[in-house]
Amino acid sequence: MPVTINTAPGSLTAVLVGDLDHHSAKPIRERIDAAIAEHRPTELVLDFGGITFMDSSGIGLVMGRYRLMEELGGKVVVDNAPTTIKKVMRLSGIDKLATINYGGADK
Amino acid sequence: MKAQNTMKLTIESLSINEGFARSVICAFAAQLDPTIDVLSDIRTALSEAVTNCVVHAYKNGTGAVYITAALYPDGRIRIKVRDKGCGIEDLQKAMEPLFTTADGERAGLGFAVMQSLMDKVTVRSKPGSGTTVTLEKRIGSTHEG
Repeated sequence: MPVTINTAPGSLTAVLVGDLDHHSAKPIRERIDAAIAEHRPTELVLDFGGITFMDSSGIGLVMGRYRLMEELGGKVVVDNAPTTIKKVMRLSGIDKLATINYGGADK
Repeated sequence: MKAQNTMKLTIESLSINEGFARSVICAFAAQLDPTIDVLSDIRTALSEAVTNCVVHAYKNGTGAVYITAALYPDGRIRIKVRDKGCGIEDLQKAMEPLFTTADGERAGLGFAVMQSLMDKVTVRSKPGSGTTVTLEKRIGSTHEG
């Protein structure tokens, strides 16, 4: 799954495109964590607008980044999440830790 | 009730096959004309079951994952995901939300997701010989009610 990293002062955005599952989660995580280590942002935005599928592996990804950003005193925002992943997001309770904005195109 | 259609798929427990298995089950379930939401529920639950085989059942290597599915005239789909892997020692604990034995960043939500998205989830496991997860859902929109 391709990940595009965009940076702005204090903020780092990771744009994800494709299926977010156990297979794709590891390389995405490594890419994002390397960018966090380099830029040390106070806000991490995960842009899910291009996500075509997500299972609990995506929850693991968001939770892990939440913990990492918490250590840095920062926060996590999930933007453009497709409504098809709402059930999984709510079930996990991750919406209590990170801000989840829905509105991604449903694929 | 006799199934109106059935399928069998055997895959190696490689993570790249998770997406392949999802595609196959979606194409098969599409015969019952499900809504996009229902199809999304089914492929997410299937993904969790197959991922468990990849991550847990054959954690020290790879092995076969046997997926069978059946469509019934009353609009139900029943999917079985079976492995001949390590089995689950404590099934009750394994099914608790947020419990995981896996390294890395597994959320421990696999069974919780399956249970919330499907009508019925049954797990049979024998340590040392494998696990079978059965997922069932009514998908025919004209049969609801």
